[in-house]
Amino acid sequence: MKIVVCIKQVPNTNEVKLDPVTGTLIRDGVPSIINPDDKAGLEAALRMKDQYGAHVTVVTMGPAQADTALREALAMGADEAVLVTDRAFGGADTLATSTTIAAVLKSMEFDLVITGRQAIDGDTAQVGPQIAEHLGIPNVSYAEDVKVEGDSLIVKRQYEDRYHTVKVKMPCLITALSELNAPRYMTPGGIFDAYREKEVKVLTRKDVEVDDDVIGLKGSPTRVFQTFTKSLKAAGTVVAPEDAEAAADYMIERLKEKFII
Amino acid sequence: MNVQDYKGIFVFIQQVDHKISGVSFELLGKAKELAKDMETQVTAVLLGNNVSDLCPELAKYGADKIVMVEDPALEIYATEPYAHAMTQVIENYKPAVVLYGATAIGRDLAPRVSARVKTGLTADCTKLEIAEETKELRMTRPAFGGNIMATIICPEHRPQMATVRPGVMQKMKPVQDAAVNAETFSVDFTGHQNVEILEVVKSVVNKMDIQDAKILVSGGRGMGCPENFQLLRDLADALGGEVSASRACVDAGWVEKDIQVGQTGKTVRPNLYIACGISGAIQHLAGMEESDVIIAINKDENAPIFEVADYGIVGDAVKILPVFTEKVKEAMAARNA
Repeated sequence: MKIVVCIKQVPNTNEVKLDPVTGTLIRDGVPSIINPDDKAGLEAALRMKDQYGAHVTVVTMGPAQADTALREALAMGADEAVLVTDRAFGGADTLATSTTIAAVLKSMEFDLVITGRQAIDGDTAQVGPQIAEHLGIPNVSYAEDVKVEGDSLIVKRQYEDRYHTVKVKMPCLITALSELNAPRYMTPGGIFDAYREKEVKVLTRKDVEVDDDVIGLKGSPTRVFQTFTKSLKAAGTVVAPEDAEAAADYMIERLKEKFII
Repeated sequence: MNVQDYKGIFVFIQQVDHKISGVSFELLGKAKELAKDMETQVTAVLLGNNVSDLCPELAKYGADKIVMVEDPALEIYATEPYAHAMTQVIENYKPAVVLYGATAIGRDLAPRVSARVKTGLTADCTKLEIAEETKELRMTRPAFGGNIMATIICPEHRPQMATVRPGVMQKMKPVQDAAVNAETFSVDFTGHQNVEILEVVKSVVNKMDIQDAKILVSGGRGMGCPENFQLLRDLADALGGEVSASRACVDAGWVEKDIQVGQTGKTVRPNLYIACGISGAIQHLAGMEESDVIIAINKDENAPIFEVADYGIVGDAVKILPVFTEKVKEAMAARNA
């Protein structure tokens, strides 16, 4: 069984803080991580490797420094890593990104493609299903649990108020939720191998068979018209009452002023 | 592609167990406003099996027209038959705009459709407007956990598609006896069913959806333990509200995910939001900062929650809540006396 896991290197937005004066993001010194949902997808693939001897390849598209995310995946136990990097792929929206990644996957053998549900920097949840569409294979999104059954997968698919147990024939794509599992840590031996023994295969524009007009900024139907930081509303009042009684009285007064009680 | 050939605003109506999801009514309400600016009409796209009886409700909430696809393949949501039906509808009617709710269904269906019809899709929008001159759709969405807002356009491809966060747009006031203008569109589903649904398991939900609550008493890690959520419940009951929580409490297994507020949870804007022991990670603030009145109780005077709170109380919510709840009960009793 051959599994391809698509991952994205993202800034750890949990550590992104607001500059209280300018209201802009402070990104300096914010570490880059493997997107959490993607890491859960990788862990699911590695468990299938442990159990069935699956071959696991990780693929990422991004700048050269995304190499570190791939090395981490190799150190966790992935067999191969592919970095798709070229200025020609830059500025892509989800459609152009998925088109590029799908073009890379078309040159590979796989039974299963796993992506994370969504990345924490963009939160779109689009690239996974779009890759599946370009490849012409079924996708099951929001996977909470996955089991292999012969040539099919049994997937627990999460919705807001329910789940579906779905049987889907491979090849297929699933998008993983971080709830799927707790990803393993890299081992010291794994880290050593990731940098000394294993290689990251680098693909640039000429290595990917895809038309110019469907990739990068030019191949992106959507455009950013403008970005802005949200205007914070006027600062409220912060008080430090001496005890619970005083705190409760203060809130009661405010609720009465606002005609809530 | 000639963008002028694409006309009208289409709304994907999410229907589960024969019940239309709230976000679909919200989208009809918003579409109605946009249609006025675009001088066009709102069409509801209703997919399902034996769902024609839902049409009057759609008309009441703003659908000028309804396109209905009915088939046993659409009985329970699955990606392929729904994506196929939606694509057929789009190719036949050529809408200028298609809106979907940013739900576990919409966020699966819309990307698949966008890749099939090769158009742009903007995820999780919180604001939609029509540009005065070009009549283009401007789609605004939060990124980076809600701190940067980006306005996206889709200038040369049609339809312009967006998923929209539930709880953000407003339903319109229902028009009683609105004319129902529905037509059936037939789609062949041969070869378009590629998964088998073995089981559907509903989680037991008998509480009110936090997005519908006028008052929310919300707890974070500072509540200390799941047992202390009873203090929130007591206050919520006294105020006639509901209990919600931050992501930390969901991740810790204290509460169910359906009451989580924030970027990966739900967006809420109640009349009153009381944040207890919530520090206010930007992802959380993104889900509640539009609330009319925000009260925050937190031990840490530097907690970011105080930056969005109208009234901040530096103190221990676990100690303050029981006293506050008693005083709320007294005040309510006095008011009703």
